[in-house]
Amino acid sequence: MREKAKEGGSVLETKRKRKKSRLYEIWRQLKKNKLAVVALIVLVLLVLLAIFAPLLAPYPYEKQNSKLSYAGPSADYLLGNDKLGRDILSRLIYGSRQSLQMGVIAVAIAATIGILLGAVAGFYGRWVDNLCMRLLDIYQAMPMFLLCVSLAAIMGPSLRNAIIALGIGTVPGYARIMRASVLTVREKEYVEAAKAIDASNARIIRKHIIPNAIAPLIVQITMGVGGCIMSGAALSFIGLGVQPPIPEWGAMISDARSVMREHPTLALYPGICIMLSVLACNLLGDGLRDALDPRLKN
Amino acid sequence: MLRYIGNRLLLLIPVLLGISLVVLVLIDITPGDPARMLLGAQATQQQVDDLREELGLNDPLPVRYVRFIWNVLHGDLGTSLMTKRPIVDEMLQRFPYTLMLVSLSIVLSVLLGIPIGIYASTHQNTWKDNTAMFLALFCVSMPSFWFALLMIRLFGVQLRWLPISGVATWKGWILPCIAMALGLTALIARQMRSDLLEVIRQDYITTARAKGLSEGKVIYRHGLKNAMIPVIMVIGGVFGSSLGGSLIAEVIYSIPGLGQYIMSGLNNRDYPVIQGGILILSTMFAIVILLVDVLFALVDPRIRSQYARKSKGRGKRVGDET
Repeated sequence: MREKAKEGGSVLETKRKRKKSRLYEIWRQLKKNKLAVVALIVLVLLVLLAIFAPLLAPYPYEKQNSKLSYAGPSADYLLGNDKLGRDILSRLIYGSRQSLQMGVIAVAIAATIGILLGAVAGFYGRWVDNLCMRLLDIYQAMPMFLLCVSLAAIMGPSLRNAIIALGIGTVPGYARIMRASVLTVREKEYVEAAKAIDASNARIIRKHIIPNAIAPLIVQITMGVGGCIMSGAALSFIGLGVQPPIPEWGAMISDARSVMREHPTLALYPGICIMLSVLACNLLGDGLRDALDPRLKN
Repeated sequence: MLRYIGNRLLLLIPVLLGISLVVLVLIDITPGDPARMLLGAQATQQQVDDLREELGLNDPLPVRYVRFIWNVLHGDLGTSLMTKRPIVDEMLQRFPYTLMLVSLSIVLSVLLGIPIGIYASTHQNTWKDNTAMFLALFCVSMPSFWFALLMIRLFGVQLRWLPISGVATWKGWILPCIAMALGLTALIARQMRSDLLEVIRQDYITTARAKGLSEGKVIYRHGLKNAMIPVIMVIGGVFGSSLGGSLIAEVIYSIPGLGQYIMSGLNNRDYPVIQGGILILSTMFAIVILLVDVLFALVDPRIRSQYARKSKGRGKRVGDET
């Protein structure tokens, strides 16, 4: 027993080494792609912006000043003020928190469910696989955004519910990719070896199947964050996401809609924020795809 | 071939049954009583209970499910709680608008996206390719509702070229279609490019070149034909996202289509409308996916033979990866 543990330890060590070099290899490939590096920097900045929003924002996001309703840009308020005289720059900075939460947490939910579902379906095969795939067929027969909107509306509008709706609505993509990837991993010798030493199925899935099958999902996850930021903004735009007074980019566009004629810049800024974050996710995703599979780019 | 189509049609039935069950369960677990919503806060408990009985809300879920399916089979989706109008009538009236919006935007995006993709892949890694692909990614990343508002502001308010809402004249369709087609065009262009690049590396392309065919013939006769299959799949998937997108586009441009109807149903908790709307849109989507799959089997003998031998087999659905 102890011997086995020791053996397991050394196997783990070599595995860790291999993993490290693999990550390094991906990073080396990624570095060549200037756009992807820029995108990565943008995303890191965005995360920092969200974390340190209270320090970076010049004013609290809910601070009103009726005298400054729709005031233009000034030295004190760099991007001007909204209807209630709130500082737009501060609201944009705080808004990054909501958007990032929607992107990251929703994808985490979707990817976790998708990975488990795909791994189980791919590993067990036969009727389990059939059942899972039929369920996904039903899932995917509903247009994704329609499903998210319905879920969000039914659960009631709030940030938490929007995140859950986005998370549940986007599961099938991850599950299908995971399943396809598991189908190839399942046939590998190390899985057979694990079976030979009588490892339980749960252990094989946890220790061998999931870690080895997850690579193709990396791109999907990166782009999924962008997709969820965008869909989340759309949910807030139609009033099903973040509720006032908490600032959110989509909701800010919705507020600005009624005064598009007089103050078009009010809608412009939050839209640019959404676009930049989604673009960064997509560029990074593209870069990662090339890095993971360099033969596509030559 | 007929057997394949028959099989696919049969598979459609459990999917639609499943969707209606999911929708019914969702509405069932929704907090808030539709009867109470309908009558307002002043209504007495007695009135609410009576209405619940009348609407059949007190029956157990399986009973309601069977009743719903039974009614759907008889072409009855119930009546709207708000307007008291039969939902089928309302949907039939609104359906052409959504169909028009979605098909116009898809046609537009196919007509633009495929040539852009071909152009980019035949100029791979030049500045033309890089610019086209960066622009495409830019368009994919743009929130369409935001772009829609900006276009209204520019073409409707500032330049006064096009109406800002409504589709009373043909001009009214231009802005919504462009807003919807923008992201789809970019998606199709990106897919077209990567597929054509993949195909160009195949041996049969080298053969075609070796036997002295002109580059145009190589690309269009040998390359495109083989690269089109995943692109068609993506177009099928794009149809679904444009159905979802029509929800917002129809509200922004006040187009009296299904999307707008479903949105008002969601806002008012008009649950028969939500139920019917999701079912109709999903059926539309399922039929399109079916058509796409049949198209494939027609185009690609490999898929056809796979189904001829193993009737329960299924192709991988691309479009998930978008």
